[in-house]
This record gives sequence, C-alpha cells and structure tokens, in this order.
Amino acid sequence: MKVLVPLKRVADPDNANKIKIAASNVAVDSTGLEWKTNPFDEYALEAALRLTENGKAPKQRLGEVIVVTLGPKECEQTLRSALATGADRAIRVDATDDALDGRLVALALKSLVLAEKPDVVLLGKQAVDGDSNQVGQRLAELLDWPMATFAATIREEAGALLVSREVDGGVGTLRVRLPAVVTVDLRIVSPTSVYSAHTDAAHRYAEGVRFAPLPAIMAAKKKPLDTKTLAELAPGAALSTKTLKFEKPPARSAGVRVKDVTELVDKLMNVSKVL
Amino acid sequence: MPHALVVAEITEDGKVKKATLAAITFAQKALPAVGGAFSILVLGGAARSAAAELTSFGAQKVLVCEDPTLAHYTAEHYAPTVAEVGKSFALLVATATSQGKDLMPRVAARLDAGFAGDCSDVLVEGTALRYKRPMYAGNVFGTVELTTPVQVATARQSEFDAAAPSGGSSPVEAVAKVAPGAAAARVDYVSLEAVKSERPELTEARVVVSGGRAIKEQFFQVLEPLAQALGAAIGASRAAVDAGYAPGDYQVGQTGKIVAPELYVAIGISGAIQHIAGMKSSKVIVAINKDADAPIFQIADYGLVADLFQAVPALTAELKKRKG
Ligand SMILES: Cc1cc2nc3c(=O)[nH]c(=O)nc-3n(C[C@H](O)[C@H](O)[C@H](O)COP(=O)(O)OP(=O)(O)OC[C@H]3O[C@@H](n4cnc5c(N)ncnc54)[C@H](O)[C@@H]3O)c2cc1C
Ligand SMILES: Nc1ncnc2c1ncn2[C@@H]1O[C@H](COP(=O)(O)O)[C@@H](O)[C@H]1O
Repeated sequence: MKVLVPLKRVADPDNANKIKIAASNVAVDSTGLEWKTNPFDEYALEAALRLTENGKAPKQRLGEVIVVTLGPKECEQTLRSALATGADRAIRVDATDDALDGRLVALALKSLVLAEKPDVVLLGKQAVDGDSNQVGQRLAELLDWPMATFAATIREEAGALLVSREVDGGVGTLRVRLPAVVTVDLRIVSPTSVYSAHTDAAHRYAEGVRFAPLPAIMAAKKKPLDTKTLAELAPGAALSTKTLKFEKPPARSAGVRVKDVTELVDKLMNVSKVL
Repeated sequence: MPHALVVAEITEDGKVKKATLAAITFAQKALPAVGGAFSILVLGGAARSAAAELTSFGAQKVLVCEDPTLAHYTAEHYAPTVAEVGKSFALLVATATSQGKDLMPRVAARLDAGFAGDCSDVLVEGTALRYKRPMYAGNVFGTVELTTPVQVATARQSEFDAAAPSGGSSPVEAVAKVAPGAAAARVDYVSLEAVKSERPELTEARVVVSGGRAIKEQFFQVLEPLAQALGAAIGASRAAVDAGYAPGDYQVGQTGKIVAPELYVAIGISGAIQHIAGMKSSKVIVAINKDADAPIFQIADYGLVADLFQAVPALTAELKKRKG
C-alpha cells in the first residue's frame, strides 16, 4: 500500500488564544508561538504508518508513506519530523501561506497524486489554524475518487478500506475501493482504530501517535526530500479566497463563584433567569 | 438572474432536518447581494415528502431530486446533482452538519468555486458577499471574500436562527439525478449505527449538560438525572469520548459539535481551548470543577468549586425541590 499524507504546519494550537491580530487587521500575528504539525495530520500520518506495517513488527515497512507539505523552506522541519516518525520520503511544495487556499492546495495535491499514484491519500479532517475543512473533499472530487471523511476507524480489505466515520447521530460506515481519499478524525489513533491487511485483528496499538526515537531523528536527515514549486503543480492558478480582515471575538469574562448548589440555583433562577 | 440555492438536509424517511433552517436564514441574509431570491434543493430517497415541508419559507422554487440511489447519503452520489443544479446560482449554502461539511467542499471543487465553511455570519456589501468565519478554535474571526462567480458556504447552525415559515407556497419542481462519475461506483454505504437518546438534540437544546474525563464510567449515571431535571441535552469533552464514556457525536468543541444554548453546564471539564471553542457562545455558562484554577472558570458566569460526585446529585435534588 502506498499512502500520501499531506501535512500542514500550524501555530501551536494549544496556545491559539495567544494569537494576536496585526495592527493592519489583515494578518494574524503568531509571534512567540511554536510551529507544530497540525494535530489531525499527525493522526493521519500515524494511520498511514499503521496501514503500511504489521503492527506486531513495525520496523519492517510493508508499503510506502510519502509526506508532503505546501509551505516555505522552514516547513521542511515538519517533514523531517514525519520522516523521523517513520514516513519513507517527503516532498515540499514551495509556497507561502498567504499564497494558498483550500482550492489551490487541492489542485497542487491532485498533480502530485497523478504523478505518485498512491492507493490512498490520508489527510487531517481540518487544519486547526484556518479550521477550513475542505482540502480532502476537494481533492477527492478533482480526482473523481471515493472519499471517507472524518474517519474514526479504518480496516484494510482486499482492494478497499472499510471506514467508520463519526457523523451527527452516530457512526456511519462506508467501504471505499482504492484508490481513495480518507480524512481522519480524533479517534483514529485509538489502540484498535486502524488495521492493515498485515496486522492481526487481536493487535492493540499504544494510544495516540508514536514518537521518533533519537536514532530515527538522525536517520531522517538522510531520507529523500524533494522540492517542487506551486507553479509547476498548479500552473496559472490564483487564490479564490481572500481574508479581508481578522478580528478578535468579544472577550468573555469570568463571572462569580458560588458557594454551593443552592446559591447556584438562586442565581440561575433569579439573576440569569434561565431556569 | 443568479440567486442563492439552499441545499436541504433530510432524514432517510423524508423529514426535513431542523439544521436546514439555519441555511435558509443564511440565504435570506445574503439575498440583497445575489439577486433577491433563493431556491431550495432537496435530494434523497424520499425527497418529495420533505419538499412539501419546505414550500412555506418563501423560496422561489423547491427543487426535488428523488432517486433510490440517494436513499443513503454519500457525497459521490449527491455532489454531481447539487453541482449541476447549483451552477446557475451565485451562492450555494448548506448547514455545517457532518453531511454539509462532507458534501459542500466536494460540490465546490466540482464547480471550481471558492468555499467558506462553518460561517458565523454573512455580510452584504453591494453585490458582494463577505463571509465571517471562526478560525484558530474561535480565537480569531476572519472576514473572507471569495472571488469565484459561484460561491459555496456552510452555516454554523448555532449562529443562525432557525428560519420560520412565512406562508405562501413555493412551486415544487422535479430535477433529474445527474449520472455520477467513477467515484460513486467505488463507494458503498455499509451502515449507520444511530446513537439512541431520549434527550434533546445537542445542537438544538435550550440547556446542555456536558461531562469531562473526571466523571469516568459513571458518565450517564451522574449526568442523566441532572439532564432530566433541566430538560437538557448531554454533551462531552473529547477526553470523555476518547475514554469511551460517551459516544463520539456527543463531543462539544472546535472539532465536535458547536453549541450555543441558553445554559451550558460544564462538569469536570478543564476548559481546554478546543472545548471552549464549541460552547463559548452559550448565554450562561456554569462550571463545576474541583480545581479552583481550572481554565473553564475564566469564562464561566457561575463557578462552583466542588467535587462533582457530590455537587451534581445535590444540584439535581435542589432543582427537583424548587420545581416541586
Ligand atoms: C486537534 C485537537 C482537537 C480537539 N478537539 C476537542 C474538542 O472538539 N472538544 C474537546 O472537548 N476537546 C478537544 N480536544 C482536547 C482538549 O485539548 C482537551 O484535552 C480536552 O477537552 C480535555 O477534556 P477534559 O476537560 O474532560 O479532561 P481534563 O483536561 O483531564 O480535565 C478534567 C477536569 O476534571 C476536573 N476534576 C477531576 N475530578 C473531579 C471531581 N471529582 N469533581 C470535579 N472536577 C473534577 C479536573 O480538575 C480537570 O479540570 C482537542 C485536542 C486536539 C489536539
Ligand atoms: N499547506 C498545506 N500543506 C499540506 N497539507 C495541507 C495544507 N493545507 C491543508 N492541508 C491538508 O488538508 C487537510 C485539511 O485542511 P483544511 O481543508 O485547510 O482544513 C489538512 O489536515 C492537511 O492534511
């Protein structure tokens, strides 16, 4: 199985409340925040690694995982971390964030997919900076491939993936025949979420994503990392989304502490009048 | 004349989902920029009966595509028809439910259209639309312009009132299903396991009671009686869902359900920014947590520092007592 995993670097999502708006109002200022891999993309990578190994003997690669990012040179750090975690090779498409939107990312990824011919493209369901939630769906349409978004579990079957998805009202299951696009949700990194055809159904993974051991971090420096340009992958394409203004939402301030449930009910009934 | 097209969402047995009414309100707000009228498109295996429910909202037309291959929703079967009908409209909008989030970007790609997802507002500037969207877990709002002739958006349900019927009777018109491409032949709908609950729908409830990791296996045992006393829906933090205490679609947050009830009660929830992103538009927020420094207290109108295993039953009892 050959899997392509697009990764985006984002400003540290756990400190997103520290993000400032630049004085011009037309840019977000994340100075002081660390760059991290979009958490959903880390989960997609973990799922891709699980799909290309036997869970009992993960050292032996039984497929290929190619990671790709669209971004400036500094994003190679994101790719190197993914290589250290276990991805086999990497591609960076040179671009700056302000020259990208979901439509362009999907167009560029389509060209890469046509060149690389993966069986699956595994993406995060959303990048937690823009919270845009569109690239995977768009890519599937551009390729005329089936898709399973918001995946909570993936089972490899002969030539297909059985994917359960967290949807409103419950869990929906789809079977997508390969090649296909899958976007992953939070629970995809649970111990029994992803099984390749090589992994015994009784195997349990450790909760969460795997970490790169130190020797792997050194070895990752030697793994192949190619560079391409946005112009060669999406020639002539221009932005279709422009952010005119950024603003902070109205702040919500702390209210009062109540001493017990009686006081709480009093407040809810007589002050807020919500009961 | 390019107008707006609302893509309705219905149940498999042909009832309009309430979420659709947020998209109608969105379209109505956008009308001055798009030519003054909107139509509604209903797809499904039992779309005709749903269409009848939608004729009193002032739509120019209610377009219906009823086909057995649409009985179970899949984007691969729906997108071609939505795009074919939608291509002569200026704006296509659905509500940002799990179906809307799945379908509409795919439709946008088919139309080579710009997409603005999960909008909290739509603004009219002359003949142009501006979309206001929460980003960075709701810590920043961006006002976005799309430059494509056809534009696709989804509406955040909690930010748009449910449209009310305005009387009148829109004509219902059948549209043929467009033959889907190769993708549709490679996807099979397998099943939908519905989570059954006696409680109101999370996104529509007037009161929501949410529990965190701290409640452990007693999740429902602790929360049900309180939710019952308050007529509330039950929600959960990610940690509670990850641990298996509550089903996935109970998750409130940046990447779960977005709720804005009159009253939100957070119980044993620390208040991570991803959780707050899903509930901070609630009118009144109550937090019960044993850690006086828990971040949830920074946004709570009423904070009670207490052990939830004592406080929740006491609160339930107090509510029952007052209500007699
Ligand atoms: C990509 C991504 C997306 C995410 N999306 C979401 C999302 O949509 N929704 C979401 O909720 N989270 C989300 N998270 C997770 C989020 O960061 C937090 O980890 C999560 O919200 C924590 O859940 P919690 O408050 O239940 O658990 P904890 O943070 O462990 O907090 C438990 C709280 O319970 C209190 N407590 C313990 N015992 C008691 C007691 N006996 N009585 C009273 N209080 C007690 C503790 O003081 C503590 O404050 C996301 C994370 C990532 C990385
Ligand atoms: N600049 C980028 N480089 C690589 N992958 C990206 C980029 N932007 C988005 N993606 C992928 O698309 C997914 C959805 O992103 P979005 O639609 O922007 O929320 C992400 O989780 C990534 O997998």
